[in-house]
Amino acid sequence: MTDAYTRFVRSAPGKAIAKRTGLPRPARLPRRADRPGTVLGPAVVLGHGEGAEQITRHLLGHGADVRRRVEELRKVGTVVLVLDEIAAPAELSATLLPLAGAMRSLAPGARVVAVSRPATGEDPARDAARGGVEGFVRSLAHEMRAGGTANGLQVADGVGLDAPAVLGALDFLLSARSAFVTGQFLTVSRDAGTAPADPARPMAGRTALVTGAARGIGAAIARTLAADGARLVLLDVPAAGTELARLANELRATPVQLDVTAADAGDRLVAFLRERHLVLDSVVLNAGITRDKMFANMTPERWDPVIAVNITSQITLMDTLLAAQQQDGDVLGEQPRVVSLASTSGIAGNTGQTNYAASKAGVMAFVDALAGRLEPLGGTANAVAPGFIETEMTAKIPPLRREIARRVSSLQQGGLPVDVAEAIGFLASDPAGGIQGRTLRVCGQNIVGR
Amino acid sequence: MTDSPRDALILGGNRIPFARSGGPYAGISNQDLLTAALDGLVARYGLQGAKLGEVSGGAVLKLAGDLNLTRESALGAPLDPRTPAIDLSKACATGLETVLHSSNRIRLGQIDSAIAAGVDSASDSPIEVTPRLRRTLHRAFAAKTPVQRLKALAAIRPADLAPVPPRNGEPRTGLSMGEHMALTAAAWGITREDQDALALASHQKLAAAYSSGFLDDLVTGYRGLGRDQNLRADSTMEKLAGLKPVFGVSSPQVPEPTMTAGNSTPLSDGASAVLLGSADWAAEQGYTPLARVVDARTAAVDFVHGDEGLLMAPAYAVPELLDANGLSLQDLDFYEIHEAFASTVLATLAAWESPQFARERLGRAEPLGAIDRDRLNVLGSSLAAGHPFAATGGRIVATLAKHLHAEAVRTGRTQRGLISVCAAAGQGTVALLESVA
Repeated sequence: MTDAYTRFVRSAPGKAIAKRTGLPRPARLPRRADRPGTVLGPAVVLGHGEGAEQITRHLLGHGADVRRRVEELRKVGTVVLVLDEIAAPAELSATLLPLAGAMRSLAPGARVVAVSRPATGEDPARDAARGGVEGFVRSLAHEMRAGGTANGLQVADGVGLDAPAVLGALDFLLSARSAFVTGQFLTVSRDAGTAPADPARPMAGRTALVTGAARGIGAAIARTLAADGARLVLLDVPAAGTELARLANELRATPVQLDVTAADAGDRLVAFLRERHLVLDSVVLNAGITRDKMFANMTPERWDPVIAVNITSQITLMDTLLAAQQQDGDVLGEQPRVVSLASTSGIAGNTGQTNYAASKAGVMAFVDALAGRLEPLGGTANAVAPGFIETEMTAKIPPLRREIARRVSSLQQGGLPVDVAEAIGFLASDPAGGIQGRTLRVCGQNIVGR
Repeated sequence: MTDSPRDALILGGNRIPFARSGGPYAGISNQDLLTAALDGLVARYGLQGAKLGEVSGGAVLKLAGDLNLTRESALGAPLDPRTPAIDLSKACATGLETVLHSSNRIRLGQIDSAIAAGVDSASDSPIEVTPRLRRTLHRAFAAKTPVQRLKALAAIRPADLAPVPPRNGEPRTGLSMGEHMALTAAAWGITREDQDALALASHQKLAAAYSSGFLDDLVTGYRGLGRDQNLRADSTMEKLAGLKPVFGVSSPQVPEPTMTAGNSTPLSDGASAVLLGSADWAAEQGYTPLARVVDARTAAVDFVHGDEGLLMAPAYAVPELLDANGLSLQDLDFYEIHEAFASTVLATLAAWESPQFARERLGRAEPLGAIDRDRLNVLGSSLAAGHPFAATGGRIVATLAKHLHAEAVRTGRTQRGLISVCAAAGQGTVALLESVA
């Protein structure tokens, strides 16, 4: 899946030319198969207080080589900056500056995670410090080299750093599963969710529905969730039936052919689930289409289907599932996790994608509201916003535009479908219970939007 | 037969949508089409890695290299590679014959589970070389010296090089199937209006079966096709009446040609598969049996000497089947008469209603009588779905079995269904199914 430019700059002459001229030199991003362990050692925990101790103990629990200072290390794999107790911007330097001296010692694919708390509007100085962490992390992410990433974890006041939701999110950001996530923040707003019984198979015992599963990112999501131990219900339109069946055969999953925009799609799905005695613990709303056109040339034929598939179908499907659950309590599990597909186009907008961006921005607002409805059921809803991902769809973008889209991110390359799938896998799992109504970007810190 | 040692149960089925010849499946081989149908069946019934008793299958238009078509297709599907397979062939009855073959094996206790399948691609039908060229090439291959080889090859004439497409006609009469049917239709006085009405009903019923979701667990989309390509949900009598007759137009025996592209099946590509098993096997796997294969009969007619119409064999096989099971035609709840042409169905029904046919042809005092037409091909048939020859039997068996089961659950009564399939060379195969509720 390596693009032609990247292959060129990795060749000896290409490397020389790129170095001289300052052309982007995208790094190889290690993924789960390349680095199966959670923590890339040696790890350094910077910061003081109970939170720093808790995180240190957690990393030690992973069997990692964990230090509390960087000085004597020649190579650093992981840095966790614990900033949960800072009260004013002036306190940032004590924890952050020791990292400056270690930046050149960071290993390829290194991880920096800042753990802080979100601004609350109660204490101006404390909020300024907390807000400052965001600016620091987003800038540091731009400065990371060799496939390294920098992300933040914001933990609501009152939630301990040893909560399963915090440690689960931390593990995701430290692992190779977050290879294409950088310059982003995950917010844990409550102490909910549980640690998986078997960390190697975090979805074991859970049943997940994936819509739009027959190919592309949907198929990658299915394969990732299956590798994590999930039992799968795979849904796609009848026209993609045999592709869906073949994926189902590969993953021993249950295929459902259904057009999610059909008026009775939700009822048919509920009937199917009941007939097969399937109870959904995770719902991944991935089905989506594009019908790009400049707005001046926009027609109902291009606008309506995009809205119908990308957002309306999600609303009606969840309405039907929740109504069925309310009535008979037999279609959703005890801690339902809903993960929807947004897009960086929905955050920053994109030329020719007014329809698509409207639908995807709608998704982000939708999951925020849906999270509120799921909270009484012990559930959550979140979204993942992919940036430029190497798929059949993006392969059709004109070459020059495609090349630019690939390079305008901190990681200087397109992501892979599996990168999106990994983020979804995390948000669909037990430990993600404390993350509510958020949108996580998987974009290599694309320069557009926040 | 009531003294069957045990039941052969129909547990479900799967087919890919049928495409018109030269359509979205053009360039796809029989093996790929059949593998796709098997893949969908395996996925629907969770048969990954399962070792089944046998996969039976076949194709009518079969390439010489496809001698183990079914085995090769099954090896391409995610079944246990130790599942045996067999190829069968009986023109358009192939699909029904594979079901009967497999159900007989199950009833005799030789196997506990089976897939009965069929496939055809009119888009990828065999094109052969002339017999003269074939023999010349064989002589050249057998030559011992280069000189002998050159001598053999020198015998090739330009005319030998023309490719030989599949024969579109009966070898013994030179007439195509449509021309034969036009003669039968004229002899029975089957009207254009009746044929068009039957075709329209077929489209409307198949469209309704799709929109009600009945076909959700019988069809798996393939290569961008979610429904049968030939289906015209918005067809009307006016549209059908506007089509020009294509068969019998130059025959003196057909005063008024009635058969059009609208009331005849198009050349099609597609594949179907039916899952069968014994009661014990079904219970072990947790499948809900839909219907049992009760009995079957075959017949053939002498069309060569003009004694009977080419496609009329089922008119003879059905009374035999009914007698053997102590049933009248009206004891059946549903009738599936394969729509090779609308006139085939109508001529068959007319024969059963005819006292003269009963007396002179069947040797019966009374005709079989009329059927309730609301119980005929209730979910659409070949005129709407298309007719990839060997795939049609599996389509009918799985559809009827599901319908019989659903009706039995709805009414609380056992439902009986008849399947009647005509075939080239004056043959026919008919079968009796009974619901398992």
